[in-house]
Parts: sequence; C-alpha cells; structure tokens
Amino acid sequence: MSQMANINQAVFARRQRANKIGLTLSMLAMTLGMIFLIWILATLFIKGFAAVNLNMFTMSTPAPGSDNGGLANAIIGSLMLIVSCTLISTPIGVLAGLYLSEYGDRSKVAAVTRFVTDIMLSAPSIVIGLFVYALFVAQVKHFSGWAGTIALALIAIPVVVRTTENMLRLVPGSLREAAYALGTPKWKVAFYVTLRAAKSGIMTGILLALARVSGETAPLLFTALNNQFFSTNMNAPMANLPVVIFQFAMSPYDNWVDLAWGGSLLITFAVLGLNILARVLFREKAQG
Amino acid sequence: MQSTSSTLGLPSAKAIQVARRQRIQDFLFHGITQFFSMLVLFVLAGIIGSLLINAWPALKTFGPGFFLDDEWDIVNDQFGGLISIYGTLVSSIIALAIAVPLSFGIAVFLTEMCPEFLKRPLGTAVELLAAVPSIIYGMFGLFVFAPIFGDYVQPVLQATLGKIPLIGILFSGPTNGIGMLCAGLILAMMILPFIASVMRDVFEIVPPVLKESAYGIGCTRWEVVTRIVLPYTQAGVVGGVMLGLGRALGETMAVTFVIGNASRISPSLFAPGSSIASTLANQFGEADAGLHFSSLFALGLALFFITFVVLALAKLMLLRMEQAKGVKS
Repeated sequence: MSQMANINQAVFARRQRANKIGLTLSMLAMTLGMIFLIWILATLFIKGFAAVNLNMFTMSTPAPGSDNGGLANAIIGSLMLIVSCTLISTPIGVLAGLYLSEYGDRSKVAAVTRFVTDIMLSAPSIVIGLFVYALFVAQVKHFSGWAGTIALALIAIPVVVRTTENMLRLVPGSLREAAYALGTPKWKVAFYVTLRAAKSGIMTGILLALARVSGETAPLLFTALNNQFFSTNMNAPMANLPVVIFQFAMSPYDNWVDLAWGGSLLITFAVLGLNILARVLFREKAQG
Repeated sequence: MQSTSSTLGLPSAKAIQVARRQRIQDFLFHGITQFFSMLVLFVLAGIIGSLLINAWPALKTFGPGFFLDDEWDIVNDQFGGLISIYGTLVSSIIALAIAVPLSFGIAVFLTEMCPEFLKRPLGTAVELLAAVPSIIYGMFGLFVFAPIFGDYVQPVLQATLGKIPLIGILFSGPTNGIGMLCAGLILAMMILPFIASVMRDVFEIVPPVLKESAYGIGCTRWEVVTRIVLPYTQAGVVGGVMLGLGRALGETMAVTFVIGNASRISPSLFAPGSSIASTLANQFGEADAGLHFSSLFALGLALFFITFVVLALAKLMLLRMEQAKGVKS
C-alpha cells in the first residue's frame, strides 16, 4: 500500500518537474524573443540617431570619398515609389478583394485565385524583381522608377486583396440583404454599403501593404536600382532608401555606413509607425 | 416610384430601362472585379513564363544537371546551381531548427501562461518583430551580431561541439562570425515571429472544453499543451512551420549581409557560402547577357519552384485547420 503511494508520488513529482521545465523554457523563449526585439531597436536608435542631422534631409548621397552628404534624394525617391505603388495597388487590390468576397463563394476560379494570392503574399520578393526586370527593364533597356513601382505594386496587391476580402466578410449579411430588398443593384450594394461599412478595415490593409513595401529592398535592386543624384524622373533610375542602405552598408567608407544606419532608422520608424497606426485604426473599428 | 406601377401591374418602359441599365452595370462590375482578381493568376503565369524563357539558354546548355553541378565559374562560363541551392537549404534548415522550438515556447507562453494584461502588448511586440524590414536584420547581423558571434560564441562552440567526432567538422575553420551558421541564426530571428504568431492563432482555436476536461482529470499545464493542444492543432502548427520555411528560403537581404558570399560548398558551418537569393542580389547587376545571366534566372526559377511548393503545402495545412475551426463553431 505504501509502496503504491510512493510510486504515485514519484510519478507525480516527475510530472510536476516536466511541467516546471516546460513552462520555464517557454518563458525563456518569450524573454529571448523580447531581447532580440529590444536589442535590434536599441542598436538602431543608438547608431541611427548618431547619424541623423539636418544634412541627411537636405543633401543628396555623397560621392565616394566626399565627406558630407545626406539621403535627400533617396528619401524623396522612396516616397515617390511608395506613393505611386499605393495609387496603383489600392484600386486593383480593393476591386479584386470585392470580387473574392461578393462572388467568391461559388466560383472555382475565385478559390484558386485566393490560394495563389496567399502564396504570392510570401513569395520571394527577389523573384518579383527578376520578373519585372524581364518584363519591363529588359524591354525598355534601362532601369527606372516605374519598374520599381510595378515591382512594389506586385508585392502590395496580394496584401490589399486579402485584407480587403477578410474585412468585407466581416460586414453582416443582413446589411447587404437590407440593401437588396430596396432593389439596389449588386454593384451599388458593394460600393455604397459593403465597402463603406468596411472602410477602416480596408484602410488597415492599405497601411499594412505600405509598411510591407517600404522596407522591400530585393525587388528594387533589379528595377529602380539607384541614382546618385537628385531626380524625380520616374523614367530614370531612382534613388531609394533600401538600396542606398544596402550599397552604403557594404561600402568601405565610414560616413556611408553611418548614413546607412540613419536610413535604417528612418525606414524602421516608418514601417513600425504604419503598423501601429493600422492596428489602432482596426481596434477602433472593432470597438466602435 | 409611381412610374413602376401601371394599372395592369406591368412595369413601365422607364422601369424596364432602369432594370436593363442596372443589369449591364452589374455585368460590368462582375467582369471588372473578376479581371482584377485574376490578375494575380496572370502574374503567376508571367513569373513562371519569364523565368523559364530567360533560364532556357542555361538549362539547354547544362541540362538538368545544372541543379546538381557545384561549379560556378564566371570567367569560363561554366555554371551549376548546387552551391547556391545547398546554401539556401542549409541556412533555412538551421533557421528552422532554432526558430521552431523558440516559437513554440513563445506561443505556449502567450496562450497558456501570459497574464491577461500582458497578452496584447507582448503579442503586438512579436508582430512588430515580424514587421521589421529584412534589410535591418541584415545590418544588425553584419555590424552587431556577427562580431559578437565570432568573438565569443564560435570559439566556445569550437571548443565543445567541435571536439566531437563526425559533427566536429561542422564547427571547424576560422571564427570570424560571418558564414552559414550566422546566416541561419539571423534567419531564425526573422522567421521566429511569423511561426510564433501562426502557432498562437491556431492554439487559440482549441475548444476550451477540451482543455478544461484535461485539467479536470488532473493534467499539468505542460501536459495539456503537449497532449491536447498540440495534437489538436497539428496541421496548423506544421503549416506555420512551413510558412516560416518559405520565408527563410526566399529571404534575400538578411542573408546577403551575413552569409559571406563565397562560391563554394564547405563542410564547416562557420565557412562562408551563398544562397540563391544572395547570389542573385550580388551578381545580377553585373551579369552580361549570356550564360551567366541565364544561369541566374535558372537559379531564380529553382528558388521560385521550391518556395511555391513549400508555401502551397503550408497553405493546404492551414486550410485544413480552418475547416476544423469551422466544424467547431
């Protein structure tokens, strides 16, 4: 009898021990994850802020060996690329999302489209760069801001499509039915009822897409490339922060590396800011 | 309104006109939205087509052996993809081996242990880690992580694991930080939040009643996680891991900074190598039209094919999980 109790006690102790070890390791994993995040952000702040000064925003990227210079051309270039990418990807993404949510239940094509869109969400961005190079740059025979825009749009569209669809699906069916009952045609229901009800959710998707493309480097290497000078010509190679960071970080000049850190800080600020903004928008909607 | 109701109850001519116009508008709306949604299919076809066309000269010259040949000689126009494919696979496997257990721990912490008031901030923090652009990971890896790794961690690894026969060779060679292992570690940091948030999401759909029953018969928390939650969410967990793998395989910037960009395969994980993405990023700009250029496209094709298969499998797994969720509710 007492032997039984001993065995039980031993089993119990072993289970308790396994429990403690498992949970402690989980906690350590979480701590490690947070350490990574803090470590990366702290490094960025320390090295980035040291490089930030007024010149960074007013002067163009320096020539090799030149001491002073900034990132003005890259900042403007990045902004132009991102704005034009948003102008292209928003209407396409929202319309495609509308189709998937309003017609997508019954159609096989929609199911395939949804599947492929999900895969394109995580497809390697460097391959998108190769594609746009083959399709566009190789045909017109020079790198250009437009090529960069197309590459970024191809990355942003799946993000917009999927969030739009998910947000439209959250709109209660009764709202659509009420509109149909008044004799409203389908397209009017979609544009004036469903889309309007999901407005802030769709904004969230657009902001997330923006955040995603702001840091993309790989597809720009083969499309927009870089431009040492200030240029707002979308038909010519265009300076942009990610590619400048890449080239400067690998360079032997100390001031170039400093500028790369400054640029990294700017990009991270922008990306994390957009992400947090998207979250706040969506939370407000969920509560309202 | 009065125009729609004539004395006989027949619609008036104007009503018919309106109905016809609306039918056309609806038809247009359907057509236009469908066209845009299918754009992604055209893009997929375009990607495969353009990669194949541009890769064709290399594939024709070197045959299918291209993917198994470890020669990458730009001067003599001899190209084989094995070095880059090997680098891609090895760095991704290292990343998975490290990131999967860590993500599991994070997901367990967030779903089962975390106090309620910390759930949201910590969950958001993990998602922000996922949002940090990959080039930042690259900078961080090259300037901060690699030096520390080379000075303090690699010598220790060499002195301990390096002494074990057979696997010791993995940790041989100079310890200068940059190399395959470093690339794997940085990749692990990058995909960690992706896998963790998928795992957390699928853990959350486990019906509470299942967990409560297990607690009711006296299971410890760890037993509930490993014997109830994990089997229930198996497909979703595997899907999340595959999603992470897909990311790791195609990652360019983070890897390019720290992998060392050497065109050779060495047995040591400390040695520099190159992945498909890093080879493309480094050489594409300088490649002349010809075999070099075409071989780079062939590498891109291989990369796209591998990631497409991995991501498709991941998606299928996650779809299965979603269906389970549908049955539940």
